[in-house]
Amino acid sequence: MAQIHLEVVTPAGQVVSDDVDIVTAPGTSGEFGVLAHHANFLSTIKTGVLSFKKDRQIKYMMVSKGFAEVSDNTITFLVESAEYGYDIDVDRAIRARERAERRLTQALAHDEAMNRTLAEAALQRAVARLAAAQCSGKA
Amino acid sequence: MSGLKEVKNKIEGVSKTSQITKAMNMVASAKLRGAQMRMESFRPYAEKFAKAMTKLSAGPSSDQPLMAVREVKTVDLIVVTSDRGLCGSFNTNIVNKAKKLIEQHEQAGRTVTLITVGNKATQAFKRSGKIRQSYKDIMGSFQMFNAREIAEDTATLFLEQKIDRTELVYAKFKSLSTQIPVQETLLPVSPVVEEAGENGVTAEYIYEPSPAEIMENLLPLHLNVQVLHAMIEVSAGEQAARMTAMDNATTACGDIIKDLKQLYNKARQAAITGDLMDIVGGAEALKG
Repeated sequence: MAQIHLEVVTPAGQVVSDDVDIVTAPGTSGEFGVLAHHANFLSTIKTGVLSFKKDRQIKYMMVSKGFAEVSDNTITFLVESAEYGYDIDVDRAIRARERAERRLTQALAHDEAMNRTLAEAALQRAVARLAAAQCSGKA
Repeated sequence: MSGLKEVKNKIEGVSKTSQITKAMNMVASAKLRGAQMRMESFRPYAEKFAKAMTKLSAGPSSDQPLMAVREVKTVDLIVVTSDRGLCGSFNTNIVNKAKKLIEQHEQAGRTVTLITVGNKATQAFKRSGKIRQSYKDIMGSFQMFNAREIAEDTATLFLEQKIDRTELVYAKFKSLSTQIPVQETLLPVSPVVEEAGENGVTAEYIYEPSPAEIMENLLPLHLNVQVLHAMIEVSAGEQAARMTAMDNATTACGDIIKDLKQLYNKARQAAITGDLMDIVGGAEALKG
């Protein structure tokens, strides 16, 4: 099967550089899948679960805000953070989710727009982490 | 002539100082390796980001609130220095650069507010009363979210039209021996112009959502990247500057010890000669 080169780059370094069969990513206007020889494409990415298939094995990872670019049979993700599902500390993610939920209710009660967006983003990250961990068979 | 004991004490003191400076040099060089690695791993991200920005700002999507150029009345300066001293003139150079900029802006009749990142910047401008926000003790272990907080803060004020321009002052890590204080304009974001040298063929892209919307999402991230970049450069530069400063200090200690040893030996010799003279004089007196 024709493959596409996948690169996931974060400020802390390159996380993935591999030839894969298919990539499924959480775009801001909906999830999309990319196969080999896809047309040039640019999309923003929201916090969520990115998955790709290689050698009949699907791997899941959590990605946060950024964007993806497809050109020359290469898909590059530039995201603020990326973690493999099986690397995720589930207990920590659960604690983070609880903390974010608390902050969110607090922010809503006091009507603080700034805290609200921050708490929402934190909650999204925690939820995405848990989802990625779950898909990878953890928790 | 200073006493023998005094000189000896001094030698001991200086050699202890040199031990400390030597240790600090080694610690700084170890930390520098970490900071440089961070710089290396950040580079691909920054490069690819800049490339995408170029592609997008070439299109019709440059009409963004974060790019709005207004008449400049108020300026936000983000000054990035290290948290700790003992690294030569590294922080002083950045602070001086910032002071010069403040002066320039004030002469042009603009109001300047400061965001200081790192303890040294905060200390330097504490009395000026211009500090709007300061971030302390973060240069040791900062992350993307620290940079995001700073960038979002200034972007919010920019969008509320409370400030018309944001500039970033930090030191670029050129090499181990040179770190150059620089100033960059953060806001309004200026569209990146593609160099004419590259073949003028820009591939057609499918955008999802529209280029303008992508740009709207990308610009805040772009600010984060720039602030983070400045912080990474400063943290590497700090360690490099400290390494050089401590190396110089260790060498200076060696020189001082050498001089003091000479002084000590001279004093000891003088004391011996004096004693001998006494003995000889006493013997002569007894003979008589």
